[in-house]
Amino acid sequence: MRFAEAFRVALGALRANTLRSGLTMLGVVIGVAAVVILVAIGTGTKVKVEQQVQGLGSNLLLVVPGELNFGAAPSSSRLQLSDVEDVGRMVGDRSRVAASVTSGEIVRAGTRNQFVTVQGVTENTVSVFSRRVARGGYLSRSDVDTRRRVAVLGSSTAARLFGERDPIGRQVTIAGVRFRVTGVLTRQGSALGVDQDLDAHIPITTAQRLLGTQRVDAIAVKAPDAERIGELGTRIERDLERRYPDQEFSAVTQEQILGVLGDILGLLTLVLAAIAGISLLVGGVGVSNIMLVSVRERTREIGLRKAVGARQRDIGLQFLLEAVLLTTIGGCVGIALGILTSLLVDQLSPLPSIVTWWSAVLAFGVSVAVGVFFGVVPARRAGRLDPVVALRTE
Amino acid sequence: MTNAPVGSAPPPRATLPPPALEAIDVTRVYGQDGVRVDALRGVTLAVPEGDYVAIVGPSGSGKSTLMHLLGGLDRPSSGTLRIGGRDVAALRPDELAKVRNRTVGFVFQSFHLLTRTTALDNVALPLVYRGVRGGERRRRAASTLDRVGLGHRLGHRPSQLSGGEQQRVAIARALVSEPRVVLADEPTGNLDSATGAEVLALLEQLNADGVALVIVTHDASIAARARRQIHVRDGLIAETTGVSADAGWAPEPAGPADDEAAQREEQP
Repeated sequence: MRFAEAFRVALGALRANTLRSGLTMLGVVIGVAAVVILVAIGTGTKVKVEQQVQGLGSNLLLVVPGELNFGAAPSSSRLQLSDVEDVGRMVGDRSRVAASVTSGEIVRAGTRNQFVTVQGVTENTVSVFSRRVARGGYLSRSDVDTRRRVAVLGSSTAARLFGERDPIGRQVTIAGVRFRVTGVLTRQGSALGVDQDLDAHIPITTAQRLLGTQRVDAIAVKAPDAERIGELGTRIERDLERRYPDQEFSAVTQEQILGVLGDILGLLTLVLAAIAGISLLVGGVGVSNIMLVSVRERTREIGLRKAVGARQRDIGLQFLLEAVLLTTIGGCVGIALGILTSLLVDQLSPLPSIVTWWSAVLAFGVSVAVGVFFGVVPARRAGRLDPVVALRTE
Repeated sequence: MTNAPVGSAPPPRATLPPPALEAIDVTRVYGQDGVRVDALRGVTLAVPEGDYVAIVGPSGSGKSTLMHLLGGLDRPSSGTLRIGGRDVAALRPDELAKVRNRTVGFVFQSFHLLTRTTALDNVALPLVYRGVRGGERRRRAASTLDRVGLGHRLGHRPSQLSGGEQQRVAIARALVSEPRVVLADEPTGNLDSATGAEVLALLEQLNADGVALVIVTHDASIAARARRQIHVRDGLIAETTGVSADAGWAPEPAGPADDEAAQREEQP
């Protein structure tokens, strides 16, 4: 039997049992759609996070105590403001070296409360991190030097505490201490589901007093020479480790952060795809099951086809095509559904999602393969039926 | 299988063409779950080209098994079985399928038509497995349906046809591949007597046109119309009545034999 003929017969068999074919396909549709959607969300998150890290600029160096490790809790820091000045001297330009101490605190304005990330920072933070002020102004050198109680709010913090009102010049209370709002930062968006704009910047000196500490959590350096950024990092690491012999320091570039983040998010995407793949596998088992039922139901038809001259492989091909057609159509519907849902997720939810062509191709290929894999057993069973027995079946 | 010489005139006895079907001491043993069933216990018979034979016997006698063997649906446990001159034992399953496709045509008691398929496509089915192209297939199927008097029912599905018409479609399907033998298993068993008589008349007409006809039946009145009756009992041929195969293969009149030869030469 020619291929086209087997194709026609298989299609006819699927049409004759529309509801059953549809339900069987549904398993594959859901599996394929899940692969496309989850890979899209994983990819979208990865791309967005990478964009944010890249937005920091290619010559940024972050100095933190301990190893760069996103999974573990940050090591407690023994860095102090004197170390920041030391690094500034090493770089040769104090304005290129920013420092921060971070703590989660409740910020109050009138009757509204909000838990935000309070960052004690140096006045050059905006230039080092390439951030912009939307309204008002940023912290000044004298704010830091004189431990002024002034605050610059992230856009989400401002919106939660003040709504539509202009917060500039108004008062907020951070950890029970009153601050005057001098500015609002521009929106950054969210990364990994965390709102990046729910923060408040206050002078680092004020923050240290507020928290009762001398520590500095991180130092950021905007390297003057992007080409020799690695060399600078090593020098800073060595210098700090000489001063604190029992502690390790990491000076990491944006490239290194991207690498680590990329690995983590790539793994995450892979895990998501694997979970979705399991549902595709379950859909395949459903196809196999229905094909076995179909072979049994059409035993007489198989017997007759053999009696008029069908070979084993003619019958096998017919049923294999039927299974592959089920999963292929299911795969196409699933890809369409997955792409549509991914676009909706991107539009309507905070999760970023980017449909990648390879996930659609992969899902399609896997669904065809699932059809072949799970169709082979029923097809062989059909092909090997004894025509005498098959014809006698009622 | 078309290399068997088919002369336009009856050849002298010494060079008779091989019979369409030939069984020599054929047995068929089923062994299932440790129970041994001897369905056939040594059957020898020949069906020459153009013959008309009835295989008669009570149910369980082995006549269905014999028909399955003669049609190449099954293989003997021992003995020699030749279909169209070819030894079944030497054929691979695919070759046996080809023999079924080209040499024999089946007509079943319960018609065995594909339900969702039109009369035309049902008849064309054997040609599908022969690899005949769509247009040619439909043309041949239509002309065969015309031959069995259903030229006006091409697009009908089995459910839209009467029992007699369904059996005619089945007969057309058996004929479309221009076989040497039509094997009919109780072809009138599911039909009322008037319709059954019509179907039988049609089969006999086709036999008169040159196709060998083997009818399996338990109906003595149907069997009596055949040239020979082979009585099967307990897996053995109990007796053969009518004109014996050896002595009595009466060549068909020259006319129909010519037709048959012409048809066969037409084949691709």
